[in-house]
Amino acid sequence: MNNISTEEYPKVYLYRRIVQAKLYIDSNYAERIGIDNISDEAHFSKYHFIRLFREIYGTTPHQYLKNVRIMRAQQILKEGKSISDACFSVGFDSLSSFSGLFKKIIGQSPSSYAKQYRNISKEISRTPLAYIPSCFTYQHGWLENRNFEDVEE
Amino acid sequence: MITKMNVTTIHVIDQERAYDFYINKLGFKLVNDIPMGPDSRWLTVSPPEQPDLQLGLFPVKESKMFTKEVADNLIDLIQKGIFGCGVLTCNDIYATYEELKAKGVEFIKAPTKEFYGTQALFKDDSGNFFSLQPLNNFDKGDKI
Repeated sequence: MNNISTEEYPKVYLYRRIVQAKLYIDSNYAERIGIDNISDEAHFSKYHFIRLFREIYGTTPHQYLKNVRIMRAQQILKEGKSISDACFSVGFDSLSSFSGLFKKIIGQSPSSYAKQYRNISKEISRTPLAYIPSCFTYQHGWLENRNFEDVEE
Repeated sequence: MITKMNVTTIHVIDQERAYDFYINKLGFKLVNDIPMGPDSRWLTVSPPEQPDLQLGLFPVKESKMFTKEVADNLIDLIQKGIFGCGVLTCNDIYATYEELKAKGVEFIKAPTKEFYGTQALFKDDSGNFFSLQPLNNFDKGDKI
């Protein structure tokens, strides 16, 4: 690490507080958090905080929170959990509001997304080499051993 | 006519640790994690807003690709920080710097205003280094 002081860049204290609030959302998205909790975390008034957050991240804290919840729900669906598990474990109270927002952000319903992912996963397990560029399969010697029956899903 | 780069390689020391670094610290998206037999997997990630570029996280170990001597030498060079793997862009370099630092990413250079723009340098968990710059190279970096 060189000796450049991080204090030299402008408004370092503002950046640290906004980043702290963003990380608070990343860690607590599943809880009942709202703009009051988040702005408190950054020690800003609500409106000042929203303005600064938007300047830095190009979105409001509320919108960001919704996105984090939906991204996490995608992961949960990929793990094979049910739609209600995904919905309630990322902080939504109702399946309909979850499904509506999921479709708005991802472009397909949670059930359609989960089904598509299951189908792709099955196809990858069946023919893994079809999903890897052949130059890499050659370099790794994977073309010489096409028997992947023992690979666990 | 060449149109795009689709897949490139980053050699890493430990694939599982690299998974954690690129996904949980840098926020990259997992594209492929395909088991390919014992101790072998095809692991690729993409920058969050660039889904058509996959970075293959390849473990350096004695294999068909590398003799033990080559693997040992390559690991030594990676750990010494010889290899620069690319330039990553971000919306706000100071916010990104503070966030990555809070997540334990090691910076070689804090955001610094150079004649060509504002730049920081950080290392991945293996020792490969990346440059971090605002999306627009002439952006001074500070948004607030």
